[in-house]
Amino acid sequence: MKIDKDARYSNEHEWVRAEGDLYVYGISDFAQDQLSDIVYLEPPEVGDSFGKGEPIGVVESVKAAADLYLPMGGEIVEVNEDLVDAPEVINTDPFGEAWIVKFKAADAGEFEDLMSPEDYKKFTEEEH
Amino acid sequence: MSEVLKKTELNQWHVDHGGRMVPFAGWEMPVQYPTGPLQEHKAARQSAGLFDIDHMGQIEVRGPQAEAFVNWLVTYDVSKMKLLDADYALFCYADGGVVDDLFVYRLPDPKVEGQDYFFLAVNASNRDKDVAWVKSHAAGFNVQVKDISDETYMLAFQGPRAPEIMDRLTNVDLTKVARFTAAQDIIFDDVPVLLGRTGYTGEDGFELFFPAEHALKIWEGILKEGENDNVVPVGLAARDSLRFEPCMPLYGHELSPNISPVEARLTFAISFEKAFIGRDALLKQKLERPDKVLVGFELVDRGVAREGYPVMLNSQQIGSVTSGMFSPTTSRYLGMALVPRQHASIGTEVEIQIRKKIARAEIIKRPFYIPAYRR
Repeated sequence: MKIDKDARYSNEHEWVRAEGDLYVYGISDFAQDQLSDIVYLEPPEVGDSFGKGEPIGVVESVKAAADLYLPMGGEIVEVNEDLVDAPEVINTDPFGEAWIVKFKAADAGEFEDLMSPEDYKKFTEEEH
Repeated sequence: MSEVLKKTELNQWHVDHGGRMVPFAGWEMPVQYPTGPLQEHKAARQSAGLFDIDHMGQIEVRGPQAEAFVNWLVTYDVSKMKLLDADYALFCYADGGVVDDLFVYRLPDPKVEGQDYFFLAVNASNRDKDVAWVKSHAAGFNVQVKDISDETYMLAFQGPRAPEIMDRLTNVDLTKVARFTAAQDIIFDDVPVLLGRTGYTGEDGFELFFPAEHALKIWEGILKEGENDNVVPVGLAARDSLRFEPCMPLYGHELSPNISPVEARLTFAISFEKAFIGRDALLKQKLERPDKVLVGFELVDRGVAREGYPVMLNSQQIGSVTSGMFSPTTSRYLGMALVPRQHASIGTEVEIQIRKKIARAEIIKRPFYIPAYRR
């Protein structure tokens, strides 16, 4: 199970990385493995604002739909439109090409509240 | 409290080979293998897939009145079946609702020369119900009804390469076994097998029935024979997407006690000129045109339609989705739904409520993928 050492993680198996003033968001390798083949992605729109933990969109696999949540409050500044046309990339490159949105954080402190890579690794091991 | 699930003889094989096990109709079955549902679907369309479908049921009807009895029970005229024919039919209630859909095989009775018997392959989810249904109607007919599900193993081997690979394993020349007929043979030295050139994928191929104790030998034997032909085991997720594309019905979705074969557009499986349970109701429905019918649709707005989602027209619900998904072969977001007949024309614009969103859709022609037997 891949873990990105530069990211921090939510209980919902989502990751966030800091990139300059912005934060980048996606779902983890664990999440894509659980979902299996992904066939549809509905991200939020540029300009949408969300509170921490609010649902922002949907990802669907062959058999299931899963809500996406933003683990930090923020405003969406960029959406990965290429991913919308090729959602299967979430299965093959969840931490790289399959970033879902970039956002401006309302409160940068919320980034530290997320799980470190080591804590997330332990979390995934307990999740069975 | 966890459900106690039944396991097929191949359960451990599936687990050992990375099968993701899920409950289905009281059984623990592989929904997928590490290959994944999309690649498993693709393999069945391009080479061949092997499916463990042992959870399904098998019933034998023997005796001097077997033909008359089965003909009373099913929509299809089995008196027209030749020996070794395999035909699709339905059991209906008196009001035309569906008990189950099934395949009927007409086979030579090895115990009574010159007398045929009938072998019925029924859905896993209806196994017990069907056995009870058949037995409850047998009084007054000189027949013996036997549930042979436990001792019979069932596999499907489907795909364009499946017939030629299977042909290498049989003594019978399978090129001479036409679609919707069967052959009886011995394979892997000592396993008696019934091979039906039938399937639930829209590809050519076979459904195999043989004594359950040989399951591992047959399963591994077919995979080994096909190892250079990209033959893979296929789970239930891909089984669903494979049957969905040619618009084959799934009981509980396109067929139910509340959905008749006329509404589900399966009149090819109904022989109205003979007597059978439900015939009068179905004939009336056909002559008066059914109130609701099954249609196919494509999403115009983005989204995945799933069973149960409301179908809307002018903000009113007019029906619901019976099956919906991303179609891997066509790369389109499609579905089937039951809607009032007056809104069922191709090109009708409707809306699908996808959780909190309303997505536009259009009624399109079925099937979405032309099955092999029609090409």
